[in-house]
Amino acid sequence: MKTLADLKKIREKAQEEMKLRDGKVRIKIVVGMGTSGIAMGAREVMKTFLEEISNRNLTDVLVTQTGEKGLSSMEPVVDVIEEGKPKVTYGNMTPEKARRVVVEHIVNGRVVSDYVVATGD
Amino acid sequence: MSLKRIDLLICCGSGCISAGSLKVKERFLEILADKGISNEVNIIETGCMGPCDYGPVLVVYPEGVFYKSVKPEDVEEIVTEHFLKGRPVQRLMLREEERLVSSQKEIPFYRKQVKVALANCGFINPESLEEYIATGGYEALGTVLTTMNPQQVIDVVNASGLRGRGGGGFPTHIKWQLVHDVESDEKYIICNGDEGDPGAFMDRSILEGDPHRVIEGMMIGAYAIGATKGFFYIRAEYPLAIKRIRNAIKQAKEAGLMGENIFGSDFSFIAEVRTGAGAFVCGEETALIQSIQGERGNPTPKPPYPAVKGLWNKPTVVNNVETFANIPTIFLKGADWFASMGTETSKGTKVFALTGDVNNTGLVEVPMGITLRELIFDVGGGMANGHEFKAVQLGGPSGGCLPREHLDVPVDYETLKERGAMMGSGGVIVMNDQKCMVNVAKFFIGFCVDESCGKCSPCRIGLKHMYDILDRITKGEGKDGDIEELQHLGETISRLSLCGLGQTAPNPVLSTIRYFREEYESHIKDHSCQTKVCTDLFHFMIDKDRCIGCSLCARKCPVSCITGSREEKYTISQTECIKCGNCQDVCPVKAIDRIPGMHPEVLKQIQEQQNISIEE
Repeated sequence: MKTLADLKKIREKAQEEMKLRDGKVRIKIVVGMGTSGIAMGAREVMKTFLEEISNRNLTDVLVTQTGEKGLSSMEPVVDVIEEGKPKVTYGNMTPEKARRVVVEHIVNGRVVSDYVVATGD
Repeated sequence: MSLKRIDLLICCGSGCISAGSLKVKERFLEILADKGISNEVNIIETGCMGPCDYGPVLVVYPEGVFYKSVKPEDVEEIVTEHFLKGRPVQRLMLREEERLVSSQKEIPFYRKQVKVALANCGFINPESLEEYIATGGYEALGTVLTTMNPQQVIDVVNASGLRGRGGGGFPTHIKWQLVHDVESDEKYIICNGDEGDPGAFMDRSILEGDPHRVIEGMMIGAYAIGATKGFFYIRAEYPLAIKRIRNAIKQAKEAGLMGENIFGSDFSFIAEVRTGAGAFVCGEETALIQSIQGERGNPTPKPPYPAVKGLWNKPTVVNNVETFANIPTIFLKGADWFASMGTETSKGTKVFALTGDVNNTGLVEVPMGITLRELIFDVGGGMANGHEFKAVQLGGPSGGCLPREHLDVPVDYETLKERGAMMGSGGVIVMNDQKCMVNVAKFFIGFCVDESCGKCSPCRIGLKHMYDILDRITKGEGKDGDIEELQHLGETISRLSLCGLGQTAPNPVLSTIRYFREEYESHIKDHSCQTKVCTDLFHFMIDKDRCIGCSLCARKCPVSCITGSREEKYTISQTECIKCGNCQDVCPVKAIDRIPGMHPEVLKQIQEQQNISIEE
């Protein structure tokens, strides 16, 4: 390392590794991981999200989980929360649907209305 | 491809390690592997997070959930409930008046704190150079080396108002300027990590929790004064701090951040670690220098100051760990930002190790000028076990005790000195109303008697004499004039001692006499220790109304001085009692009390003996 530019490169890479801790994210994907969610395959859905986000190098997206959301008949349920926009809740998710949500909603900003079960808080 | 979705920060400061955090970490590794989610969770060992009382503590990101007192058997629940199902385990979270504290940021302990030196402590992995760089690490050094000349660096430190955090509070820029201005073929910079006050662990925590920050601060200082070689002097009792600093130096060398032509400039620098054997006096800079040179750690007279004739007779700067830890942030955020915190004469923040009878013992960093009341009652969470506040000892054995009346004074170098205490390195020992101030003073003087290097007689002989007087007073053999003799000795020792140890050692006695003189008087005149701490100055009494005559106390008494029967109840023979307290511990109906004051029979016996010896 010989210049400030070299340092900056290392810093950016390291910050990416630490993004979970800084709380600065554009979009949060919250997977409902209550008992029924897990029974309906929420773990697979979450894993797919994590893989897709990592593959596409989306640095400002955070995948996290929450408990039972009360929509048991529509599990697995996933919330997509974007700063300044109403929350979008997708239901009956599968890994395939998750991939589509990443491409259309997370990357291109178009809500996948086919899967939406609720919007807003 | 990274599937990481959770950062699990486990506090591995010395406090949490001794509370078992490494076992908790092992258990996490097992359980995560068991559940097949090892690749989703990043386990990070951090330095001290601060609230040592709650250890082992951990924080789970992205939510920032704070768990306290985690035991290995709790780990499985955290993994299955929180990591897999997203339900934080409430029973392990902090509660404040029935309200659940959901994240680390909300903990009252952290609310009044401002973290500068401790910014990364408990947040990053101290063994990772990359994590330090992610928080802006080494940027200050790079900027300094590529855009500023040494004088400009010193000017920034001057503008920030930074003063030495090791105790004396000497302005950092003056030290740097002195060495900068001296012509010499070789200059040295030393980091003083010989923290030895009882109850202090600020420097240890910074060295353990954010070693690269201290190295960066030292290198900026080295550039400013023109040094090419630095030493970390750390006591051998801090093995983890030594390990982490060594590791950090190695990483910095490998990354090209230490060595020849750093950041392409013509500045070259190498640092190494020297371990001290743990003598308190080696925290004094001239003794420390002697010790690095391989000699006995004895102080030398000043002048010449180390800035003129220091290590191997070359100009040398000695700065404390915390002082260096502030430097990078001053350059990143600007001197004005730093100077905007604190009081007229004391700028920035100060790290304190809060210990004693407070609820939240631990490591805290607060802006200068905060009042002692805020520090003890807001940050510290008030007195533990419902006791009343009595005094606070600031600055360890060199500092002084301040009573309740001074709780509202702002914490800065000058104010504390005026009141007879001192900032010191930052040890804060809070004492409740169960503490005997004469005994406390005796403890600190005893510490200094042990730690005196013996080179100069005021300290070597004078402190021992003070100790003997205090010892007599606590045994009920105090005489009229003892208090004056202590004051006279104390002032003389302060004036005549060679180094800081002797000059400040009488402070605990002088300050307790100043604020708690009546306690000394009652020890001497009334032969009574009101707090029932000094064994010779209280006695045990069995309350016959409450006594049920069970005889348990008599059977447990090691000197068989309790007699009686079921009908007559039991009595302690005061002249034979050795005050072991067994009787009080075993009494099933709590009929035995400690009564302040020597029992009249004992007093009479002693006086008779004294009369005999006078007649002889």
